[in-house]
Order: sequence, then C-alpha cells, then structure tokens
Amino acid sequence: MTSEDNYSDNNVVSKQVHKHDHTPPADQGPVTQVQAIQIAMQELLIEKGLVCAEEIRETVELIDSITPSRGAEVVARAWLDPEFKSRLLHNGTAACLEMGIDLRPTPLVVVENTSLIHNIVVCTLCSCYPRMLLGLPPDWYKSTAYRSRIIIEPRVVLLEFGTNLNPELSIRVHDSTADMRYLVLPQRPNNTENFSVNQLTELVTRDCMIGVTLPKNSVTS
Amino acid sequence: MTAQRFTNGDRVKVAEITGRRHVRTPGYIQGRHGVIERFCGYFPNPEERSIGLTGLPKIALYRVRFSGADLFKELSSAVADSIDVEVFEHWLREVEDDI
Repeated sequence: MTSEDNYSDNNVVSKQVHKHDHTPPADQGPVTQVQAIQIAMQELLIEKGLVCAEEIRETVELIDSITPSRGAEVVARAWLDPEFKSRLLHNGTAACLEMGIDLRPTPLVVVENTSLIHNIVVCTLCSCYPRMLLGLPPDWYKSTAYRSRIIIEPRVVLLEFGTNLNPELSIRVHDSTADMRYLVLPQRPNNTENFSVNQLTELVTRDCMIGVTLPKNSVTS
Repeated sequence: MTAQRFTNGDRVKVAEITGRRHVRTPGYIQGRHGVIERFCGYFPNPEERSIGLTGLPKIALYRVRFSGADLFKELSSAVADSIDVEVFEHWLREVEDDI
C-alpha cells in the first residue's frame, strides 16, 4: 500500500482502521456565529486599510506573551517598597508605568488585602480582566458559575478552590463593570522577611491576584 | 462633560431602567442603595458606543459600594459583605429623589 492510498477517499481499509472514537478538533465543526462575526470584522478592517494582517498577528502575539509574572513583580515590589505601594494604591496605572508596564489608557485600581478585608475581583457582565498585567483570564473567570456565585456565596466558591479564609475576614467583591481594571494586592506571607525580590515574586500566583486564593506560604487560621 | 455630581460618602440610589439596550449597570444593583466609594473620572457612554455613536460627551463614572446583605439577603446567608460596582452618573440618584 502506498502512502497515497492511505489518503484516498476510496480507501476502504484505512476508513475501517481509523475509528472516530476521539473528540474531533474544535475547529472542525461548523463556524459559530461569534467566529463568523470575528472573521467578517477582521476582513473588513483589512479591506478598508484600517489595520493589516501583520498588525493583528503582532497584537495576538503580544497578548499571548503576557503572563501573570508581570503582576507578581508589581506585588513583590509593593511588599518591599512602602512608598511604591502607596503610589500603587493611589494610581495603579502610573505606578506600573514606573516599572515599564504600560497599561494606559486603562485605569488600574489596586485593592489591598488587610487583616480585616479580603478582596476578590469578578466581571459579572462579561470577562473584564487586567490582561495587559496578568495575560488572558482563566476559563473559570469567564464562566457563568463564577460570575454569579462569587458574589452570592464567595466563601463556598473559595473553599472549592481550596482556600479556607479566616471567617473573621470581611469579603469585598469588586465587580469590574466599566472602565476600571482590578488587581488584588495580597498580604505578604509571614516568615518571608529575608526573601529576595525574586523569591517573593515566586509566591505570587495569578489566582491570588484575582483574590480566589492567598500567596504561596500563606497560613490561614 | 459636566461637573461631577457626587462625592465620596454620598448615599445614592441606582435607577431602574428597563429595555433591551446594552448597559453596564448590572440588574442586581438597579433600584438599590449604595454609597459613593470614589470618583473614577470621565468615560464615554457605553450605551451609545454600543450602537455606533461616539459616547461623547464623556460621563462621570463612580465606584459605588453596596452591602451584600442588602442586595441578596433573600438568596443566601453567605453573601459577600460588600460589593463595589462601577456605575455611570446618569444611573445614580440622590437618595431623596423619588425614582
């Protein structure tokens, strides 16, 4: 049998051997309405000369290159530098720019966890998220379940994430409904006084900057 | 763009505006009372931008703090203690206003 035979539509043997008991790739089904709109919009923008295909590719590449480590560096610096922390809480976008992270024109609101208040971020209307700081949002952040339940029963949702918050803490949820974007500034874990900036950065995960968990090494009680 | 109407600590009530247009004011705060947490600046009106207009002049945007118990006490006893939501000024009424 030649390799051409394998790819022939009339090759009964290969059809019998290749049983389709696996899930087909996502892009093999019919085009969804959202995909059709996206393709039409992209073609129109290119056709009218507003953007070129290269610019779209570059932008997708930039967005895909951003990881939560950017946000972690901001948090670690705020833990080490009280004056920076003060500027960060006053104007998140300007403070990030000091570190070469340009979020403009989006205003970043930084909300600080304290011994009294634990902050959590959600977008109940869609999936607003500080993408230029943390990269693309996780799938669960965009789910209807998270978007509704995190306000109605946040402690239950956090337990499902394995986060057992001190019941004394007051929970404040920030609904990202319009033009602000949010970053939770977690509390610095105890016993990290001698940590370097790199060691501190390692403790700061994406999820603790959304507020559904605490930094690594944190002790809940 | 008009001067901001509310300042931090002002008590406000969110309007109830029905209709199918695109709004950024979630249903769960419509008709409810809250307190201005901060003024966020002026931003284009998303309701007009959604139908191809410029959304200008820009409108004052605030963060309004609501009590979870006030909003959802009939639903759950485990609600968030407070919820901060961004609301455009044209949705906000002074508490004395009769909407």
